[in-house]
Amino acid sequence: MGIRFILMVNKQGQTRLAQYYEYLTLEERRALEGEIVRKCLARNEQQCSFVEHRTYKIVYRRYASLFFLVGVDNGENELAILEFIHLLVETMDRHFGNVCELDIMFHLEKAHFMLEEMVMNGCIVETSKANILTPIQLMDKAS
Amino acid sequence: MALSGMRGLSVFISDIRNCQNKEQERLRVDKELGNVRTRFKNEKGLTPYEKKKYVWKMLYIYMLGYDVDFGHMEAVSLISAPKYPEKQVGYIVTSCLLNENHDFLRLAINTVRNDIIGRNETFQCLALTMVGNIGGREFAESLAPDVQKLLISSSCRPLVRKKAALCLLRLYRKNPDVVNVDGWSDRMAQLLDERDLGVLTSSMSLLVALVSNNHDAYWSCLPKCVKILERLARNQDVPQEYTYYGIPTPWLQVKTMRALQYFPTIEDPNTRRSLFEVLQRILMGTDVVKNVNKNNASHAVLFEALALVMHLDAEKEMMSQCVALLGKFIAVREPNIRYLGLENMTRMLMVSDVQDIIKRHQAQIITSLKDPDISIRRRALDLLYGMCDVSNAKDIVEELLQYLSSADFAMREELSLKAAILAEKFAPDLSWYVDVILQLIDKAGDFVSDDIWFRVVQFVTNNEDLQPYAAAKAREYLDKPAIHETMVKVSAYLLGEYSHLLARRPGCSPKEIFGIIHEKLPTVSTSTVPILLSTYAKILMHTQPSDPELQNQIWAIFSKYESCIDVEIQQRAVEYFALSRKGAALMDILAEMPKFPERQSSLLKKAEDAEVDTAEQSAIKLRAQQQTSNALVVTDQRPANGTPHVGQLGLVMVPSSANADHNLEDQGLAQENGTLSKVDPQSPSPSADLLGDLLGPLAIEGPPGAAAPTEQHAIPASEGDPNPADALALAPVDEQTNSVQPIGNIAERFNALCLKDSGVLYEDPNIQIGIKAEWRAHHGRLVLFLGNKNTSSLASVQALILPPSHLKMELSLVPETIPPRAQVQCPLEVMNLRPSRDVAVLDFSYKFGTSSVNVKLRLPAVLNKFLHPIAVTAEEFFPQWRSLSGPPLKLQEVVRGVRPMLLLEMANLFNSLRLMVCPGLVSSYFFSHGPLSST
Repeated sequence: MGIRFILMVNKQGQTRLAQYYEYLTLEERRALEGEIVRKCLARNEQQCSFVEHRTYKIVYRRYASLFFLVGVDNGENELAILEFIHLLVETMDRHFGNVCELDIMFHLEKAHFMLEEMVMNGCIVETSKANILTPIQLMDKAS
Repeated sequence: MALSGMRGLSVFISDIRNCQNKEQERLRVDKELGNVRTRFKNEKGLTPYEKKKYVWKMLYIYMLGYDVDFGHMEAVSLISAPKYPEKQVGYIVTSCLLNENHDFLRLAINTVRNDIIGRNETFQCLALTMVGNIGGREFAESLAPDVQKLLISSSCRPLVRKKAALCLLRLYRKNPDVVNVDGWSDRMAQLLDERDLGVLTSSMSLLVALVSNNHDAYWSCLPKCVKILERLARNQDVPQEYTYYGIPTPWLQVKTMRALQYFPTIEDPNTRRSLFEVLQRILMGTDVVKNVNKNNASHAVLFEALALVMHLDAEKEMMSQCVALLGKFIAVREPNIRYLGLENMTRMLMVSDVQDIIKRHQAQIITSLKDPDISIRRRALDLLYGMCDVSNAKDIVEELLQYLSSADFAMREELSLKAAILAEKFAPDLSWYVDVILQLIDKAGDFVSDDIWFRVVQFVTNNEDLQPYAAAKAREYLDKPAIHETMVKVSAYLLGEYSHLLARRPGCSPKEIFGIIHEKLPTVSTSTVPILLSTYAKILMHTQPSDPELQNQIWAIFSKYESCIDVEIQQRAVEYFALSRKGAALMDILAEMPKFPERQSSLLKKAEDAEVDTAEQSAIKLRAQQQTSNALVVTDQRPANGTPHVGQLGLVMVPSSANADHNLEDQGLAQENGTLSKVDPQSPSPSADLLGDLLGPLAIEGPPGAAAPTEQHAIPASEGDPNPADALALAPVDEQTNSVQPIGNIAERFNALCLKDSGVLYEDPNIQIGIKAEWRAHHGRLVLFLGNKNTSSLASVQALILPPSHLKMELSLVPETIPPRAQVQCPLEVMNLRPSRDVAVLDFSYKFGTSSVNVKLRLPAVLNKFLHPIAVTAEEFFPQWRSLSGPPLKLQEVVRGVRPMLLLEMANLFNSLRLMVCPGLVSSYFFSHGPLSST
């Protein structure tokens, strides 16, 4: 399937966005997020961007105070996912202009719309920033 | 304005953000949930805008980790809103909150279908996305034809078609029949002629799914994939928007190469040549550049190309080129590349014959085993494990053993298992194998399962040359000051069988051997005692002519255990005692163990099973495994580390002291009073199948046939018998008003656990909490075994430790849910800072169905556990006693009104309180002393 979930977590460990591509109960999510946050946030810059956890591999990247954590299947191409995170950040940058944690908090719906355009059912649908942002721009114009 | 002008939502988010702690956050969330609930109740008054706002709030709250058990209907109903903003929210929130089996989703099928077949592109996209994310079987059956039509329609724009492709992928996964192979393979091939890279990206994912199931049907897609790859590699017709740091859409390149890995071979020479040209170019042309993103993207493509080359099993030359590249990668500074280098080298081992080239990098790989990053260490361990063979086993295993001492806790278990497997598989000679396993037990005894030491015994028994060596080694280890219990077991067994082969060496007379083994007896658990008894019997048998002193000593031990509460120990004691009086006949009866029939190593079998398991892991299985966190779920009936079955702990006898709630001192008195008829540091007998395998035939004469393992597992008493402790006539002390009543008396269980180190702390119809403890000076390590007795999960499991000020306690993470019939182990570290009689409390709660249970349980981390007795002879005692100045260093107390109690029983009682009894003084006096260890 590829991507199993995408999390955005700040450095205090608070979840700012969570999108799952497989169904987990709330309890499972809470436990999983707690474990991942504990494992990944403690790592330093000299360590690699991949962490094996349960049956997932977590590919993560830090931007200022925000961590982007993507859970993938074990066979997934890690570097492709790592750069996909960067593509997501660049896309948000293009829309918000230097995106920060607050943009994602207060525009959760837009962050979700972007993700919707980029990932579906755990697979990458679109990698062109212009195409990803078209629907949001249309909406902004309408309102 | 934030959130498209939803002010109330912004305010709520600000409030949440300003919360100082989790409690404030919960209060704010509860308030909001109450608010939203009231609003939804009088639905008439809600405009679509308001509904949208509340639904977003629900999603926000859900994301924060709070249960939102209402309002689903409102989210779903927004799907049928006429305007885009509401509809969009409806679709997105529905796919976040609901799962595919939710009833409300069915209600929406018609609306969704209308959106899909309607003329509005944006509505089509929304509907396809939701179905693509959470559509279930019903959606598959009713929507697949429409989705297929959209995907291949020439009038449909790419933005709809790319979504249709992934939507179809979902429906196909839910019901493979919806894609008709005959009709679809041509269409799939046509799809790959697509120019639009968005549609190609998602179609490629669809192709991967189809091909992985049935590559035969999609042969015609193979050359198309190669064409796409050529187009991207040559950067032909790639719009700027799809170029990422100068690289034509790396994600599509990766996906295309992934699809190609599902075709077993490429027969057409032209296609093959074209593909290899592209691959060669990627392999040679990927340089390290300064820009991180560009570097990552190009290496993503490179690693996928490597995987494809390995899959195609290219010519030797290209392969060695790959290994050379990987060899370069595992030595670079960039940790990501190093990690991937190791990972891909491991994959390479599996597909082709390049072992010898990889072995050249062994030194570098061993360096990575000491990398500061655990992710990299794990990869290195996997690779070393994979590349190990007879030629390098010695180096690798010794490296692993060396690393074991410094390895982090998280890796030790895996490390020791792997070392044991490699040692067995590739041992250049058997004495080396024995060395390795004994070292392993010495360094990481906790992680050495019974299988491992059983196997050593089998090897030694079956190889006469090995016997003196193994016995000598075992004897050496016994000289160490503190050895692991597994070491006690294995050395006792080996010395019982073969110590007579060492008889002429210094320190190896039967008496000395007996002495050094018997020294360990007070420190071992009940599962080890039977092994020691057998050893004594064997020593006795080998001592010819018999040594009356030794004989009396051993007989005394047998007769002591004749009344042991543990059946296994008792039976052995009785039988050995009787047998050992038979004189010469003993030789026949207790003769050396016959050779074990050759059998597959259970260890290797386990390793194989594990491999099969990982290959067939289904989503459900994975989920079951995901339930726990750091704690280990043991659903298997077999204990992993030779610890006795906790299920059996249900059998633990609980002393029936009258007053349940006295402190330790009183408790001691109560027992002295003789309320207790019998105290024994007892825990359940070992599972029959574990030791039976080895030791079964030992008891009586043993033809090889009798050595066959007992296959059935011991059934934990708690499963068969809902109330194993009902023998207790005493009414349970009601410590809580829960509707779920505890089984047995909590206070008595606590008292019993003050005297021994394993047993049941608490039990009710749903759960059993067992405890196993180890104490070393002022440290204690307890393991809580939380066993779910039901066939459904226990939820909201919480365990809080309320330690008194003198104890430092740390409980590892307790999972929220305990799966049905599963047992979770939660280690608890204890450190005693100063002596105190206060007791730590475990505040434990869980939910089962509608009932929630909360109990507060005293933990048996009590004063006496930290005592450290010292043996003093009668002669030494009085001078020492006189040299002490008085309280608190010495205390003298005369206890009156004590009901008579057998000396042995009383001594046992003191021993279990960790007070040393000084023998040889006036018989009616007990002198106990021992310094209290604390920091």
